[in-house]
Amino acid sequence: MKFLWHRKSKQQELQQELQSHLQMAADDKVSQGESADEAERSARREFGNVALVQQVTRDQWGTRWLEEFLQDLHYAARVLRKSPGFTLIAVLTLALGIGANTALFSVVNGVLLNPLPYPNPDQLVTLHASKPNFETGSISFPDFRDWRKDNRTFSAMAISRSFGFSLTGRGEPERVQAKLISSDYFSLLGVQPVIGRTFASGEDEIGAAPTVMISAGLWRRKFGSSPDALGKTLTLDGHDHAIIGVFPANFDLFLRTAGLADVYVPIGQWSNSALPQRGAGLGIHGIGRLKPGVTIEQARADMQRVTQGLAAAYPDTNKGIGATIIPLKQEMVGQVQPILLVLLGAVGFVLLIACVNVANLMLARSTARAREFAIRTALGAGHTRLIRQLLTESLLIAIAGGVIGLLLAGWSTQAALRVLPSGLPRAQQVGIDTHVLLFTTLISLLAGILFGLAPALKTSDANLHGTLKEGGRGSSAARHGAQSVLVLAEMALAVVLLIGAGLMIRTLSRLWDVNPGFTARNVLTFGVSLPPAMMKAPPDAIRAALRDVHSTLGAAPGVQAIALSWGGLPMDSEDDSLFWLASEPKPASQNDMKWSLSYVVEPDYLNVMQIPLRRGRFFSPGDNEHAPAVAVVDDVFARTYLPNVDPIGQRLYLANFDSQQVEIVGVVGHVKQWGLDTDDTQQLRAQIYTPYMQLPDKPMALSPFGTDVVVRTTGPPAPVFESLQRASNQMSSQQVIFGPQTMEEIISASLAARRFSLILLGFFAALALVLSSVGIFGVISYLVGQQTQEIGIRIALGARGWDVLQLVLSHSAKMAALGVLVGLVGSLALTRLMAKMLYGVSPSDPLTFFAVAAILTLVALAASYVPARRAMRVDPIVALRYE
Amino acid sequence: MAQRYQNRIELLQGTLDLLILQTLQWGAQHGYGISQAIRANSGDILQVDTGSLYPALHRLERQKWISADWKLSENKQRVRVYRLTATGKKQLLSERSRWEQLSDAIAGVLSPAKREGQA
Repeated sequence: MKFLWHRKSKQQELQQELQSHLQMAADDKVSQGESADEAERSARREFGNVALVQQVTRDQWGTRWLEEFLQDLHYAARVLRKSPGFTLIAVLTLALGIGANTALFSVVNGVLLNPLPYPNPDQLVTLHASKPNFETGSISFPDFRDWRKDNRTFSAMAISRSFGFSLTGRGEPERVQAKLISSDYFSLLGVQPVIGRTFASGEDEIGAAPTVMISAGLWRRKFGSSPDALGKTLTLDGHDHAIIGVFPANFDLFLRTAGLADVYVPIGQWSNSALPQRGAGLGIHGIGRLKPGVTIEQARADMQRVTQGLAAAYPDTNKGIGATIIPLKQEMVGQVQPILLVLLGAVGFVLLIACVNVANLMLARSTARAREFAIRTALGAGHTRLIRQLLTESLLIAIAGGVIGLLLAGWSTQAALRVLPSGLPRAQQVGIDTHVLLFTTLISLLAGILFGLAPALKTSDANLHGTLKEGGRGSSAARHGAQSVLVLAEMALAVVLLIGAGLMIRTLSRLWDVNPGFTARNVLTFGVSLPPAMMKAPPDAIRAALRDVHSTLGAAPGVQAIALSWGGLPMDSEDDSLFWLASEPKPASQNDMKWSLSYVVEPDYLNVMQIPLRRGRFFSPGDNEHAPAVAVVDDVFARTYLPNVDPIGQRLYLANFDSQQVEIVGVVGHVKQWGLDTDDTQQLRAQIYTPYMQLPDKPMALSPFGTDVVVRTTGPPAPVFESLQRASNQMSSQQVIFGPQTMEEIISASLAARRFSLILLGFFAALALVLSSVGIFGVISYLVGQQTQEIGIRIALGARGWDVLQLVLSHSAKMAALGVLVGLVGSLALTRLMAKMLYGVSPSDPLTFFAVAAILTLVALAASYVPARRAMRVDPIVALRYE
Repeated sequence: MAQRYQNRIELLQGTLDLLILQTLQWGAQHGYGISQAIRANSGDILQVDTGSLYPALHRLERQKWISADWKLSENKQRVRVYRLTATGKKQLLSERSRWEQLSDAIAGVLSPAKREGQA
């Protein structure tokens, strides 16, 4: 405002300045004897064109473009104010398009583009042990310590493993999520404690004094956020851990697990007797920070040297074991990247459709304004000036749309993130920042130019003579072409989006039809950890306690069948087992052994899960610690490892269970451990079941810390958990049961990412459908309006309503057919990009393509039916009187 | 029309700037006075076009070589008066020496014998 005012006064000053020049020149001439009149005239003559001098002087201020821009802006605002209906529809259409794009971009920006919130995030990598057929295996604790000691390319290395503790002694006993970590974990990431300190080196050794870091949430809940908490103890699984520090709220490296960990405990405190074993696979994975300037290739070469050294030193356990190094960010977001990019592409199409719709509106309007532009041209406005004027108008609309879109996005992103599956990594880093603002500004301006340019070029091209001569009707014929092309483009884009959504629907319905190998309905899973007193009990006492749990919980109301389970749980957690057949010699190293998924279960497991028994028998209560050890395998195991022989009666040795020898007594159906979609393509699919009560003493000693339970309920499973909790509390108030999940929830969660993309794609496709049918409606209405006289004449000459309807509908049918055709061809090229998200349908699925083509054609015809009806009712007398 | 004036500004640009700065060296002056002074000091040979003068004045002002104030003239008329700034004075010196070099060079080209004789 100040600038404008300043400019105005500057112009007045210039005028005064030139005026005083004229005055002085005239005065001089008067003093030389000329008459006043004559003096003024000759002064003016000598001076030249005052207005022109003013203008060329003003040009020196360097603000001419601004002046014209302000003029255009002023004019554009006035024009838009004069047609509020048009302005409102155009702005809202764009706001939808820009808002959807901004929202999705803010997700892409937060998840994929922004650096991780740690110092020098590019140095961070994840570490795994690689086996010949498994890239991202667990690192053993002794291997980790050698890796850390022997490498030359890392400034720090750390490991972690998810865990759960029973927290007792501070109010009700409860289960807390935990991470077992090595000392460097926090300092490597650069995460500072809220109070206290992080772990010191050596505190992670086996036998070190027990310590713990707690979350800000737990600190508040249990200690009222008082600094006194430092130095106090937390009783985890019956052991007192000294609290040394509090870590920030919401800290979690991977947001993959169900909840955030509340406590971090040094891994040396783990009471698993396998921890010091070099060959143990205990679900431990690592992170590392590369030294400055070290590339990932150099680190890989370095680690190859380290692991080869270990393989030479410990051939029995380490032969063939390498290290896999993946950039941390890639590991975190690599899985969602293709989905997000496909969605971003889809939402870009929505914006294109919105632009096309607004361009169409503007074209329709430009007919009415053709005379206005013709007159302006006649008065000397240049081509570029007219285009600039029109572009200013569209930019004004686009910017208004952008502002509203930004508000829509800010609100809807937060809403969407709340209902989003927890599967989206880095979700808490999604928000509106400068990148997002920049993006929104950019797409708003681009959209403005995109939908403004076509009508602007068209209009400024308009033939001056023709328009002025033609009167109010404008050069309509030329404009139909442009409008039809726009609608065609819009339909083609809608086809692509609808096919994308259609393919996702087909994928999900295919996945729901996949038989997981068990019956998920009415199955509840949860965890039990025995009272801390049991955690050091001898194996027989533990077995007795577990039998007690089985019978007490099994008698709870609503429970039909119950089985304790240790190790793997379908689609939720997995455990593996190395073995060799008794018919072959013992392999030289673990690496040469065979590999299978392992399930340690009670006899009723088969009834609870309703897995079909193929041959032989499943376990009975008689298969206990006193009976000969037995096992049951699935049909994949039988096919893979025991082809051409009867599996029943075969014997094998289980390496993880102290090389226990077991006899196969039955074969059951395969269960899709890895989820409905990817199970078929996994390496590790063979499954082996062993009876819980025959679990060797060492692993049995771990089961009080937490064992899974599966229950088949008589009715809906969720409410049964309460009666189970009551039953558990009656056994011991120190016993914790936790983490209830229905099997249906677990399956549903495994499809969450796909469902999420289906919802979004479906929403975008619906938006596209609505926008393009509005577009068709608009164009056909416009055409009918233009052809009123022609239709009137036809009716006067004897055409019937049906003929008129045909005339109008055939035009829109032609447009629809072409648009659909172009869309189908485009889809053939584009849907290949989403092949990774599909299951059981080809990206060029004929059914989807055909259905979408049919739907869109019908919608196009329906949208043109209303204007067509209007055409049928044209009264020839009224229509002709217009002439 | 505007084109015509702009061409002449470009033609005169270097020299007109020098003439304006030189004229203002003797004291503050308004646009009309500057044009009169240039005309008188050149023996009526140089007539500065207003369409060149005012754009030049406003450009020099934007470059901060001259500054402008509103004053009352002897006839009690409000006039816009320009004066040389410190940077303007420096600019005048460098423009002058450039002009002298140029005119020497041109003189040398026009009468080479004389130049060689001097050397």
